[in-house]
Amino acid sequence: MLYDALIGPFTEFEFMRRALAAVIALALAGAPIGVFLMLRRMSLVGDAMAHAILPGAAIGFLLSGLNLFAMTAGGLIAGFAVAILAGVVARSTGLKEDASLATFYLASLALGVTIVSIRGTNIDLLHVLFGNILAMDDQTLLVVAFNATITLLVLAVIYRPLVIESVDPLFLRTVSRAGGPAHLAFLALVVINLVNGFQALGTLLAVGLMILPAGIARFWSRDLTAMICIAVMAAGVSGYAGLVLSFQTRVPSGPAIILVATVLYIISILFGRVGGIVRQLFPGRHLEA
Amino acid sequence: MPALHFHNLTLGYDRHPAVHHLSGEVAPGALVAVIGPNGAGKSTLLRGIVGILRPLDGTIHLGGLDARDIAYLPQSAEIDRSFPISVFDFVGTGLWRGTGLFGGIGKAARDKILRAIGAVGLSGFENRPIGTLSGGQMQRVLFARVLLQDASLIVLDEPFNAIDSKTTTDLLALVRRWHGEGRTVLAALHDMEMVRNHFTETLVLARGPVAWGPTAEVLTPENLLVAMRMCEAFDDSAAACAADDVSSRAA
Repeated sequence: MLYDALIGPFTEFEFMRRALAAVIALALAGAPIGVFLMLRRMSLVGDAMAHAILPGAAIGFLLSGLNLFAMTAGGLIAGFAVAILAGVVARSTGLKEDASLATFYLASLALGVTIVSIRGTNIDLLHVLFGNILAMDDQTLLVVAFNATITLLVLAVIYRPLVIESVDPLFLRTVSRAGGPAHLAFLALVVINLVNGFQALGTLLAVGLMILPAGIARFWSRDLTAMICIAVMAAGVSGYAGLVLSFQTRVPSGPAIILVATVLYIISILFGRVGGIVRQLFPGRHLEA
Repeated sequence: MPALHFHNLTLGYDRHPAVHHLSGEVAPGALVAVIGPNGAGKSTLLRGIVGILRPLDGTIHLGGLDARDIAYLPQSAEIDRSFPISVFDFVGTGLWRGTGLFGGIGKAARDKILRAIGAVGLSGFENRPIGTLSGGQMQRVLFARVLLQDASLIVLDEPFNAIDSKTTTDLLALVRRWHGEGRTVLAALHDMEMVRNHFTETLVLARGPVAWGPTAEVLTPENLLVAMRMCEAFDDSAAACAADDVSSRAA
């Protein structure tokens, strides 16, 4: 019974195995990026960027139908364009990055929905907006895995300047020129992972598997490495449990994954070791020193 | 060759000068105090030296140093204290010049970091997140990082502001140690007593240079009065500066 409910779907159906593999790849790469987004106070920037990907993906869709490869390429191009434009505008004019992104993403979202509606049906629009992780073909799965691998490699390269730039940007500027390139590379990684999440969760929820696990991790550790590990695990668990939930009920897969992550998030807010509400209400007696 | 050479240097923001027509040299190994009222351009001058701010006019020569070989302690560091990083890792970033992107932190480097943390009196704090430190402890951490940077030119912007006397004494000892090791140290300061007792050379700045030389000769009530009277506000409708002389624009 328990076996049938929790493991059965994956041994029985190939599309569930693919979905699980995809979700694990998304968790491995997306969650660490999410942690940095959160620590750099860019959570909403990620969200904005997710929308910015839409017109590119929509143009890919317009040119070659529901071909995820074309949509990925289009999404990457649009995402990079917006990320770099917004980054350059912010760096050269002093306008805050979130403000310049907000403009870009609103325009992109409107443009994207328009393009999809011109050619496709409402089903297509739903697919673009909310994704469908249960329809992964081999090619898509490979793209997802490839993007995840790239992400981890690049993150390893820019890790040190990224951390220093997050803590003390002025210091990094005085000792190195790596800050700017690291920041841009990080934005690129955000885009890559959003496109990745886009396949599974759609534009509107893609950022969910990045930000929610990061939010969860923040309630359980004060250490960066530990936070990243916790975020990856939380994302993986949400993905797996979401798939099972969506298999057993009629909840669509994308929203199911995000809902599970939300439940974990609420539990963390309540019972987290670092700043959880229960912990704050009943902190225990104060210490000697 | 001087460690620092300013030639008719003007630094500022939006074309408005904050440091105006400064010329002069800092000898290698000098221990220089930069004093002046708020808004006199002390921080601006230091920002110019470390290359964060481009001169509006004139030049700064670093005597063969790269701007990135200078250890700089800003007045109000833009440090995100909520970022989850330990004192050990934070101080360790001072080794950047040696390690760069990928250089490993080996046993020798770890010992260096621990010694630096010990030297500022924070042994035992290695694993504390920087968010849990007090203001004075954070200042000690920043000094430890400067210590690790092992720079021949050290630039400190009001390093003893809002710091208790014990911490000030400890950190001042570090500054004297750097001086003893032949490093050039520039510090923006407000405490005249400290300048008189510990700094050999003083630059009185009031947008333009008021006086510059051995502390005993420069730190006179007359010079300070001149500096005090300097007008602080930018004049929005100021005309373009035509003067090429090095005269003081203070009064």
